Amino acid sequence: MTPEAQARWNDALAAASLFAVDPAGLQGLAVMAGAGPVRDLWFAHLCGALPPDAAVRRLPAGIEDDRLIGAVDLPATLASGRPVLQKGILAEADGGIVVIPMAERLPSGVAARVAMVLDQRELVIEREGIARRVPSSIGVVAFDESVSPDERLPPALGERLAFLVDLRGLGLRDLACPPVDPIRTTIARKRLAATAPDRVIDGLVATADALGLGSVVLPLLALRAARAAAALAGRDTIDREDAALAVRLVLGPRAQTVPMENEENDGTREPQQDDNGQRRDPPPPSTDDDCPAPDTPQPEMPDLEDILLAAAKAALPEDLLDKMRSGAAERQPASRSFGAGSPQLSMCRGRPAGVRHGAPRSGSRLALVETLRAAAPWQPMRRAEARAAGLVPSHLAIRSEDFRIKKFAHRRQSTIVFCVDASGSTAFHRLAETKGAVELLLAEAYITRTSVALVAFRGKRADLLLPPTRSLSRAKSLLAKLPGGGGTPLAAGIETAVLTAMAERAKGHAPLIVLLTDGHANIGRDGQARRPHAMDDALAAARRLKEARLAAVFVDTAPRPREEARRLAGAMQARYIGLPYVEASMVRDVAIAATAATRDSGPIRIR
Amino acid sequence: MPSMKIPFPFAAIVGQDDMKLAILLVSIDRNIGGVMVFGDRGTGKSTAVRSLAALLPPMQIVAGCRFNYPPSNVSDPCSQVCNVDDRINCHEIDTVPVPVVDLPLGATEDRVVGALDLERALTRGEKSFEPGLLARAHRGFLYIDEVNLLEDHLVDLLLDVAASGENIVEREGLSVKHPAGFVLVGSGNPEEGELRPQLLDRFGLSVEVKTPTNLADRVEILRRCDAFARDPEAFTVHWSEKNAEIRDLIVASRGRLDSIEVGDASLETMSRLCMATDADGLRGELTLMRAARAAAALAEDPRVGPDHIRRVAPMALRHRLRRDPLDESGSSARIERAIAEVLSP
Repeated sequence: MTPEAQARWNDALAAASLFAVDPAGLQGLAVMAGAGPVRDLWFAHLCGALPPDAAVRRLPAGIEDDRLIGAVDLPATLASGRPVLQKGILAEADGGIVVIPMAERLPSGVAARVAMVLDQRELVIEREGIARRVPSSIGVVAFDESVSPDERLPPALGERLAFLVDLRGLGLRDLACPPVDPIRTTIARKRLAATAPDRVIDGLVATADALGLGSVVLPLLALRAARAAAALAGRDTIDREDAALAVRLVLGPRAQTVPMENEENDGTREPQQDDNGQRRDPPPPSTDDDCPAPDTPQPEMPDLEDILLAAAKAALPEDLLDKMRSGAAERQPASRSFGAGSPQLSMCRGRPAGVRHGAPRSGSRLALVETLRAAAPWQPMRRAEARAAGLVPSHLAIRSEDFRIKKFAHRRQSTIVFCVDASGSTAFHRLAETKGAVELLLAEAYITRTSVALVAFRGKRADLLLPPTRSLSRAKSLLAKLPGGGGTPLAAGIETAVLTAMAERAKGHAPLIVLLTDGHANIGRDGQARRPHAMDDALAAARRLKEARLAAVFVDTAPRPREEARRLAGAMQARYIGLPYVEASMVRDVAIAATAATRDSGPIRIR
Repeated sequence: MPSMKIPFPFAAIVGQDDMKLAILLVSIDRNIGGVMVFGDRGTGKSTAVRSLAALLPPMQIVAGCRFNYPPSNVSDPCSQVCNVDDRINCHEIDTVPVPVVDLPLGATEDRVVGALDLERALTRGEKSFEPGLLARAHRGFLYIDEVNLLEDHLVDLLLDVAASGENIVEREGLSVKHPAGFVLVGSGNPEEGELRPQLLDRFGLSVEVKTPTNLADRVEILRRCDAFARDPEAFTVHWSEKNAEIRDLIVASRGRLDSIEVGDASLETMSRLCMATDADGLRGELTLMRAARAAAALAEDPRVGPDHIRRVAPMALRHRLRRDPLDESGSSARIERAIAEVLSP
């Protein structure tokens, strides 16, 4: 086991211990790990640290509002004659934790409901004749099982969870689990009131800022983590060790930038005075993440902010430098620490859309309260009828005409994946017009219910510049600058588009690929510039698109169309359109026409 | 952000001047018609809205009335919708806080518009109407957090009621009509999806909130959030005087509102501003006028001047601009440009 893995595991255990002390305050942990023994071991450690009476509830996939928020309790309602609430999971878990497996697939509607409970610590229920506010103080354990980089937790949830725990790549054999004692948690909970010295608060905000985290939420969560650490250590005041641990666990893993070295006094941050009112000395280079023992006053002791920065550096995400180099990190707004999360539309899985008259058959569900409401006014009359017919009237007579069923909206959402050739001299124009088409489509996304994604290929690679989104503002910020020029790695472009489209189909959306190119491939899959190979690779990728049964439109942008383009379009069984002079509105019209065909007929191709 | 039963005091919110001003303006003049708050998570959007309840002077209603009727209004519609047994009560007056009603995600239609009272129907066989959230919000505020995630069929209901000020229920053999005049307050993150233009139009003002970039502000926010979380009661007491000052300011501004003069020059300026920004419809002009008047009342100025117009124009017009996705500059920039043109000395 590497020291890095060991440190990661220890941090994961430390996060669990802090979370157990204050689940509702810390709001939760995002745990990156697939299902497996390592995750189970970690989770057992967390449950062991929780007081024995704390509720642990699991959120099943595809949960509906009935079970999430609450619904009418049928037997109790009929017995008492008034609507009785059956609590949903969010209320049942009050005082404990809610576990969300496959949290990256959580629909944004469900995420928003959970997020509201995290913010309010109570649940507002306005459902089926019941209006109630019930306490719901919960923490969330979100298991993030993403495998591809475009899967992420819904940001509304991810940004509220204090800890980001990464268990990927850890081996079970090497992991030691220290014994846990729930009594320790219980004792710590009682003293969860440590005061925060001003310099701790200043230090947390300044450290977050140095890491490129402009949020107010994260320093607040870090402060609560520090307080939990102080409580566990039996301290009444948060000291630098607590703050350093909090920074390492809460802020470090979300860093957007690498903090600057030795530039503390150049005016980028406000110079601070230390406790004795003296300007501090330039910080000595930090050696490791161990903090000096508290309360050892030495004139050259590094001040808190430097300790915190050093702590954060010990936990920077591994790929941060790469991301910064490729510009990926800076494309994300600072507050979106979880990065791109494709918004999932709640309608796609069939959201409740009211109630209508009708009998419950397979596939439709009885709307109980509405049915009772429909039946209620007729009860005296039906009892009288029954008596007249010489029968004993039943307590409640419900007839088929009373039945009401729930309506669900099932409209399929379409996703248009633009795949744009950003190579060569006409690239800039092609990209700009495609970007225009993306924005035109998103401007009416509400009406057309269409998400849009953009893949561009140039040089040696293809990039997903815009993950599927319905938000115009998001598209604008991501597409602010577009690269252009270089070779034509057509195969890589088609493959990226296919992967994006298939991910969308897995979410229940109807994808459509719109490929804009002159079909002049000259970079192969291996990144080598050999024309015949490049064309073979592109044809192979095109055939894969066909095999995946994805709908596609091939927009040929060459001034003089060539045979190659037609061959490619044929291989992917795409509709072929020659468009030598690309214009945003034309691209949009092509996409809309093709989408309409896709949505109506499901995942079959356009002819 | 922290908020349980005790709302965070409005006066203690750091920065966010646009959002606070918009909330004050609609509190002074309800006819401005609501606020939509767009912004990043964790910027205190819902904190600000929920702090509104403690800020408003109480209102008078018919005692026990579930439809928030004002005392002068005991009349015909009552007998149609109300089933208070002892109707003698209707001549007594209650003083109650102005309602700020939450419309949570996951609400069902029956709770929003009202429905047959199940309990009465089952136990007594009576057909009576149980009012919903729209009745509860009458003369107050209806707040929808994450409004862009609200189900479509509920949005349709809201649009209709918000436009007519009246809730008409036709279900389960009930045929009920009651007034539902509420100020719609919404908040949401534009990255979660766009808002339907018709719904956006129901909001008089729209503001964008951002995380403060100033380090000192962020430190102060953290400090106050921490203090509030540790002892909400003490924190609220500490800020109660400042909150009361704001309440007095709202009351005084309301009193001044009718006497604020809107001169021809100001009317023309606003008109030209709407033309220059190409804002949709007459509603923009009307909202701009009302917001500018409320701003003048707030500033204790006797008449609407260019400064008031300049201050409120972005929030009154931003969401009414025709969408031009190919225009690189955002809505705010377009309004700034128009203001510079029209209001240049």
